[in-house]
Amino acid sequence: MTGLVQRLIPEFEVWKRRYPAGFDGSLSIPALRRIQEERGYIADEDITDLTAYLGVPRTQIDEVVAFYTQFTRVPLGKHHIQVCHNVSCSLRGAEGLVKHLCGRLGIKAGETTADGQFTLTTVECLASCGTAPMMMIGDAFFENLTPASVDALLTELKETS
Amino acid sequence: MKFFMNFPVTDTSHTLAEYRTRFGYQALEKALSMTPTDVTKEVAASGLLGHGGAAFPAGRKWGVVKLDDGEPHYVCMNADEGEPGTFKDRWLMECVPHMSLEGLIIGSYALQGRHAFIYIRGEFDLAHRRMADAIEEAYDAGLLGENILGTGYSLDVVLYRGAGSYVCGEASAMLASLEGKKGWPRNRPPRLTVKGLYQKPTVVNNVETLANVPVILRLGAAEFKKTGTPKSPGTQMISISGHIAKPGVYEVEYGYSWEKFLYEDCGGMQNGKALKCIIPGGVSTKLLSASEIAGVTLDHNSAVAAGSQVGSGGMIAIAEGTCMVRLAAVIQRFYHHESCGQCTPCRQGMGWMERILNRIVAGGGRPEDIDQLYKIGEANDGTTICSLGDSAGYACSAILDHYRDEFEYYITNKRSMYDGNLTVDDPFADSPFADSPFVNALAGAAS
Repeated sequence: MTGLVQRLIPEFEVWKRRYPAGFDGSLSIPALRRIQEERGYIADEDITDLTAYLGVPRTQIDEVVAFYTQFTRVPLGKHHIQVCHNVSCSLRGAEGLVKHLCGRLGIKAGETTADGQFTLTTVECLASCGTAPMMMIGDAFFENLTPASVDALLTELKETS
Repeated sequence: MKFFMNFPVTDTSHTLAEYRTRFGYQALEKALSMTPTDVTKEVAASGLLGHGGAAFPAGRKWGVVKLDDGEPHYVCMNADEGEPGTFKDRWLMECVPHMSLEGLIIGSYALQGRHAFIYIRGEFDLAHRRMADAIEEAYDAGLLGENILGTGYSLDVVLYRGAGSYVCGEASAMLASLEGKKGWPRNRPPRLTVKGLYQKPTVVNNVETLANVPVILRLGAAEFKKTGTPKSPGTQMISISGHIAKPGVYEVEYGYSWEKFLYEDCGGMQNGKALKCIIPGGVSTKLLSASEIAGVTLDHNSAVAAGSQVGSGGMIAIAEGTCMVRLAAVIQRFYHHESCGQCTPCRQGMGWMERILNRIVAGGGRPEDIDQLYKIGEANDGTTICSLGDSAGYACSAILDHYRDEFEYYITNKRSMYDGNLTVDDPFADSPFADSPFVNALAGAAS
């Protein structure tokens, strides 16, 4: 085993100390989160290496990566914009927010801009219903959005890119 | 009476130092001086009901676990808040992370657990950081780890971050996820209190439920029960959103007037609009029309008598002029997206319902569609392992029961009775892209 998983194993070993002994398989989701944080997506070699490290069936890791919406097997844009379009956000203008973002970025929901800067995804409830409409970029929530605040944010992100 | 929202929230009010100025960890000290059985008895005597949505008596759940069975016991905090409309646990974790953590430590002591877990949804950022910081502060202060407060009791807490799955809020799915697997619910029996995490007796409690535990230990069950109603003791955290003037998180004593809450505390509807209906406790609870909540109080018995539930406390207010057909399609898109695919009625039914609703919205509705939606909902009722499919049926049938005329109008005229309107005051009405065509099938998860 060489590469990313090998490099992260010391971190995983620290996490283990708080778990009951003998249940290393539990580390699959936290480890995959950490791997994706580093690489941006989950590569084939990560699954192979993690399977070997945790001593679990490969199908378990394959299933986990496929089941949870936050994991991706392909690289996403540098900024991953996730717009909530569930009930409360829809009642506060999520549809207009999605249309505005599609218009500004020139892509449809689910796509990545040609320059690889932005991926736009629609998602279900992010528990930010009282501050709708909202979106998540990376890990951060942006709430009570308006066309002006979205434009300012996009400009800022483009400048820092 | 407020147990949680009774202090000014500042940049530091979530820390251990400030929590200690608000009786922080005094309940833990008291609990550790009692026998584990007496702690469970005190919680049972308080009548505390679970705050995750099902309102199961918390003390009774703890009491099922046999302390002398020679098995490890686990307590898991369910912080996978994902029921649409619900964001009160997020407040509790961001503003008072130590309170539910203290409850988790007390609960673990009562069950004599050596390891405890907090399963927090993957999308939470600040709540996750606050909870992580609280845990480290607790370790540093000797409130976690080996020999807590010199009593000989030891406990480790794992903060486990999910990765995007609504169904993992269901307790058995959560435990599968904690074992590092896909989040599939499983049939009971055996109950989780018999065979739960790693096949060992496990109690799963909601964040708010555990946050109540230090209050109960500190005040005593008798004093705690003076708040609320005899059958719903204590308070309820309510997160309200939708077409309401003052959305946000509120704490109300059980038995509080629903109308007073809406029209006084929350300032009534956006732009002074009239209330059309309300989703009381997350989209999985049946909606009630404005007239149905008249005279109803916010407690379990009253809400059930009115035809719904307190649920998760995730209240969504919907104003007159809202197109319920399109809203039903939004709700059903969610259930379809989140169906885990394990049980046939849900795996197939959720997609059928979504496609029928989308077809109606697109102007291709057929007269038989309404009965078909009812039938698919009924086919899910009680036929699946978890309640996701049932809930979708309840949500849809409640909308059909109340607003059948809107569906019939839409199907007959191939357009909405309310121009497909979902907003009262659309902040994006002035966007240069406001008139671009609406793409109904927006589903586009990254993976």
